[in-house]
Amino acid sequence: MEISFLSGLALWLRGEIYALTGLPILSDLALDIIGIALLLGIISMAAIVFTYGERKVCAFMQVRIGPNRVGGRFGLLQPVADMLKLMSKEDIVPEGADKVLWALSPALLFVPAALVYAFFPFDAGAVLADVNVGVFLLFAISGQAVLPFLMGGYASNNKYSMVGGFRVVSQMISYEAPLLFSLLGILMITGSMRLEDIVEAQSGGLWFIFLQPLAFVIFLISAVAETNRTPFDLVEGESEIIAGPFTEYSGMRWALFFLAEYANLLTAAILATTFFLGGYLGPDFLPGFVWFGIKAVLMVFVIMWFRWTFPRTRVDQILTFGWKAMLPLSILNVFLTGVVMCALGLV
Amino acid sequence: MKRTETYLLNMGPQHPSTHGVLQVKLTLDGERILKAEPVLGYLHRGIEKLMESRTYFQCLPYTDRLDYISSMNNNFGFAMAVEELAGIEVPRRAEFIRVIMAELNRINSHLIGIGTLANDLGASTGMLYCFRDREYILDIFNEVCGARQTFHYIRIGGVAGDFTDKARELTEAFLERVPKFLSEYDQLLTGNEIFTRRIIGISAMTAKEALDLNMTGPNLRATGVARDLRKLDGYSVYGELDFDIPVGEHGDNWDRYQVKMKEMAESAKIIRQCLDKMPEGLIMAKVPKMLKPPKGEVYSRTEGTRGELGFYIVSDGTTKPYRVHIRRPSFVNMQGLDLMCRGMLIGDSVSAYSSIDPIMGEVDC
Repeated sequence: MEISFLSGLALWLRGEIYALTGLPILSDLALDIIGIALLLGIISMAAIVFTYGERKVCAFMQVRIGPNRVGGRFGLLQPVADMLKLMSKEDIVPEGADKVLWALSPALLFVPAALVYAFFPFDAGAVLADVNVGVFLLFAISGQAVLPFLMGGYASNNKYSMVGGFRVVSQMISYEAPLLFSLLGILMITGSMRLEDIVEAQSGGLWFIFLQPLAFVIFLISAVAETNRTPFDLVEGESEIIAGPFTEYSGMRWALFFLAEYANLLTAAILATTFFLGGYLGPDFLPGFVWFGIKAVLMVFVIMWFRWTFPRTRVDQILTFGWKAMLPLSILNVFLTGVVMCALGLV
Repeated sequence: MKRTETYLLNMGPQHPSTHGVLQVKLTLDGERILKAEPVLGYLHRGIEKLMESRTYFQCLPYTDRLDYISSMNNNFGFAMAVEELAGIEVPRRAEFIRVIMAELNRINSHLIGIGTLANDLGASTGMLYCFRDREYILDIFNEVCGARQTFHYIRIGGVAGDFTDKARELTEAFLERVPKFLSEYDQLLTGNEIFTRRIIGISAMTAKEALDLNMTGPNLRATGVARDLRKLDGYSVYGELDFDIPVGEHGDNWDRYQVKMKEMAESAKIIRQCLDKMPEGLIMAKVPKMLKPPKGEVYSRTEGTRGELGFYIVSDGTTKPYRVHIRRPSFVNMQGLDLMCRGMLIGDSVSAYSSIDPIMGEVDC
């Protein structure tokens, strides 16, 4: 296997640490810690950059200027100001709240959101946890995100939160199925659940977005629904149920929800990149992880674009759409893929 | 044993989409609304009572604060009532200026109505587009009276300032923009599948139900009743102008939205004609400094942006009105909220609310 910039760096680092300590377990541990720190850094950085980016993108689409007060004429320090504001806010626990669930909810939401980053191949060989059932594990972990929403909604002792919690469960369960089914076609073609294998299978320049256009559309819609963003932001449908499960949260607890939301946004973009846009593959003049970043940010922009263009769907419409349109279509896609593969004698 | 319970959800008075301080008590079965009960009075300022201790001239600024989105129409209604009571003849030029202002304000108000509907459905971009175009109207108002809200421009006997050449220029430029921005909204909202699905067939209301509740304005016309006081009474110079009354068919949110969209185009048509027909001359009639209308009473009605805006004034022959009652269209239209919300989902309650398009300043008065 060719050695990419990132994995080369990791190999060099491993060698240096081994030479210094002489213990292989120490160098493994050090590299793991560095990797985890890097991923957490990426997530926090993403939240910071995306809050600013989202506000600027939104302003651009709404014929406004956007943040322009803190940090020069482009308001570059706005995320810092936002962060300081959040940290200095009072931590309010509502009366009658279930304190344990209340405190657990934001933490539990953030954990799966951050955990899935371990499986992403940022570059050839640059994966923190290189498992051969990557896809399976990834969705098993991200599926856990339903529960904290419901916990937060239940624990807040607020009817808006409760309604929001109910909505999350129905919405996320309905869209998990088409999301997975839309990827089945790709898994059939590649015959592997390892994310890096899936990326490498697209190395001929024939990205899966061309082979599986229907799956891409289904995947994108389901992924937006999974991240609870407009047009599927029923969970925190601002004009209806205020902020859903987050209504009663303030300060850093709310910030954790927020962080998880942006982590999920980036996850959706990264998954789309990995499965359909060729991941880190690209012309040689730029290193793989740069291509990866460019594609992911482009997908984030597309999802933001959705948010500032579309109205919100209604709770019954979203479920009808999920079960009656998305799921049959994704199964049809699996079927068609199978038929074509049989016809080509690939099975 | 399985058991389900209905529950009560207090929407407002602090809620992102009650546009002010309305409280709606929703009785819910899961997400479905069984009953919606508006609770009013959070913005009550006793304007009717305050007017009893003010002279007629001093009363006028209070009307600005009724429905603060369409202040011009309120000024117009009150000034007309007092003129009828005192028998004041308004100069012809002033009448045309009044109609131009009232129609500009109607477009302004409908822009906000459509914008907030879009915003409540989650399309905040639609709202900001509406607010962008509203700025051009506010520029015109700013030019004629120096204010962007609470204008106090249409006075008893005429208008406060002349319709300058600059104002004419701005108005002409705005009229050219109207079809452009209307087609832009059509692209962003009307043609959007999600948007149409959210409003077609939602909160429908028959003509009989609307008439029984005494609803007026776009809310009534959406049900198919072509009742427009501008045509019916032909007050001011409306009788000489040529315009249509857009009506809906099913009385749902979609029709209310469409009626407002079409009314904006009609208003633009009216303004165009007024600009062409406006004569030179005085803008203010001779009104005594101490206005003492003869004893008697008057009910004068105009087509406000939200329906029939009526002023009932009783005069006891002094400089102050003995009693003023205001028929506020928003208040009357609010009665329809319960009917519109029943059987709908929580998400529809906000769209029903913003398609009625009430302004709390007018509801509570």
